[in-house]
Amino acid sequence: MSSNAAANLVALNTIVRREIVRIMRIWTQTLIPPAITMTLYFVIFGKLIGSRIGTIQGGFTYMQYIVPGLVMMSIITNSYGNISSSFFGAKFSRAVEEMLVSPMPNWVILAGYVAGAVVRGLVVGVLVLVIALFFTDLHVMHPLITFASVLLGATIFSLAGFVNAVYAKKFDDIALVPTFILTPLTYLGGVFYSINMLGEPWQAISRANPILYMVNAFRYGVLGISDVHVGWAFVVMLGFVAALSIVALQLLKRGVGLRS
Amino acid sequence: MSPQSQDTAPALVVDNLRKTYGNGVEALKGISLTVQPGDFFALLGPNGAGKSTLIGILSSLVNSTSGDARVFGISVNRQRSEAMKLIGLVPQELNFNQFEKPFDICVNEAGFYGIPRKIAAERAERYLKELRLWDKAQMQARTLSGGMKRRLMIARAMMNEPKLLILDEPTAGVDIEIRRSMWQFVSGINAAGTTVILTTHYLEEAESLCRNIAIIDHGSIIENTSMKRLLATLDVETFVLDVAAIPAGLPSIPNVTLRRRDEHTLEAEMARSHDLNSLFATLSAHGITVTSMRNKTNRLEELFVRLVENGRQEPGRERAA
Repeated sequence: MSSNAAANLVALNTIVRREIVRIMRIWTQTLIPPAITMTLYFVIFGKLIGSRIGTIQGGFTYMQYIVPGLVMMSIITNSYGNISSSFFGAKFSRAVEEMLVSPMPNWVILAGYVAGAVVRGLVVGVLVLVIALFFTDLHVMHPLITFASVLLGATIFSLAGFVNAVYAKKFDDIALVPTFILTPLTYLGGVFYSINMLGEPWQAISRANPILYMVNAFRYGVLGISDVHVGWAFVVMLGFVAALSIVALQLLKRGVGLRS
Repeated sequence: MSPQSQDTAPALVVDNLRKTYGNGVEALKGISLTVQPGDFFALLGPNGAGKSTLIGILSSLVNSTSGDARVFGISVNRQRSEAMKLIGLVPQELNFNQFEKPFDICVNEAGFYGIPRKIAAERAERYLKELRLWDKAQMQARTLSGGMKRRLMIARAMMNEPKLLILDEPTAGVDIEIRRSMWQFVSGINAAGTTVILTTHYLEEAESLCRNIAIIDHGSIIENTSMKRLLATLDVETFVLDVAAIPAGLPSIPNVTLRRRDEHTLEAEMARSHDLNSLFATLSAHGITVTSMRNKTNRLEELFVRLVENGRQEPGRERAA
């Protein structure tokens, strides 16, 4: 390994480690709230309302049907929240300058923050999945697809959160996107229902929602059912990863919001 | 650039550097200067003169509009990563995560420079001890006093063992004892071979520590010379004399202007070439006993004010030694 590659690996490891330490240091803010929220979803939507709905698609109970969606929802919201608050916090306190004045290339900064946010998403995802097992039985049909969809979903929203943090000028700015864009898209992304239940044009409109592909790819991995073709879902997700990575790296290169 | 040519290159060459911000403010108007390896260099100027913009460009936090800066021959614009490996920066504003521990702040900083954790931990211990922060190493940084936070930023800047250490007003708001200990540390670093660039508003610090100096105002360098040569240009000095008593009429001394400040204090303004013996002899002959004396102002301060004021009367003037 060249000395530059070794140095970049050390730098990457430093950012990821620091992010994980941060997640664990404030675990009451990073890990507990999503676990409580999702437990409430399972109790109210899965148990109380779901028991009156019966089976929904492919012979699965409503509880079984919403578990993959809720797991994916917690993964993407936590990945997004982690990176946007952590990177904006570093910008706000000017601690980001520690990295900007170092020899570390931009892609290492981006990869480090994204990896940290993906870790938070995965830890929360596992927590929510464990809680779900108290309410229903789950057997993962396609482990590789399940893992790949989780990884891509978390990466996409980590990148989106990073872009949001770069543009944000105040803490309100990192709350606007989750409130007005992320939450509506998540609720309308097939977490609680199949888009086959919708008439046109709502089905077509729903297909423009990127979260639909993540939720359905993950649901296909776990239950083996999906509203969209899984191949397309992965094409869409990979496309978002590529596009958002380019945008984030360009912002870092131009120093938007970071360098004068 | 080969390691050999890096060794022979100046520590810093600033070449016709310009910076115009988006709002139209021209912070640097094509400045040029050279700092030799091993120098302790003062970069002085009033607030808003362009010092921090220049330091921002050197540390890659500010993008220059045109021109270039080379650190030991390596271009900050074209080989940013290589140039940054050689620089340690102590910024004016606190810029670390206040919730992290000093030890972690230092080790993480080293990590950003690609320094393995084991070496980073050893360096963190060494520099935190040298800056008398080791007993605070595992406390949250926000609990440190102002002076400790400043010293932490120096320890952090040393983690990559830079060849060029840039200190941007590192002693602002720090008490005299801590300031002295900081300068003792930085002087030691400089004596060991690290080039130091210092900006400060405490001009007595610059006068006692720095060998060369540049004064910047309104984005232009208005003076760039050695400290010794600059101080030699000061032709008039004013002394404050504490005296036992002052008679009704002050004596007249050629080439000395005597002024009465109060009943126990005189001011003597005189050419630097004038000897003090004749002053004391005349005062003594008139029954005036001098109990103590001091400079009215710091010599560099006097020159600094004069140069900046002259520069403002002659906009666009640039001098270099």
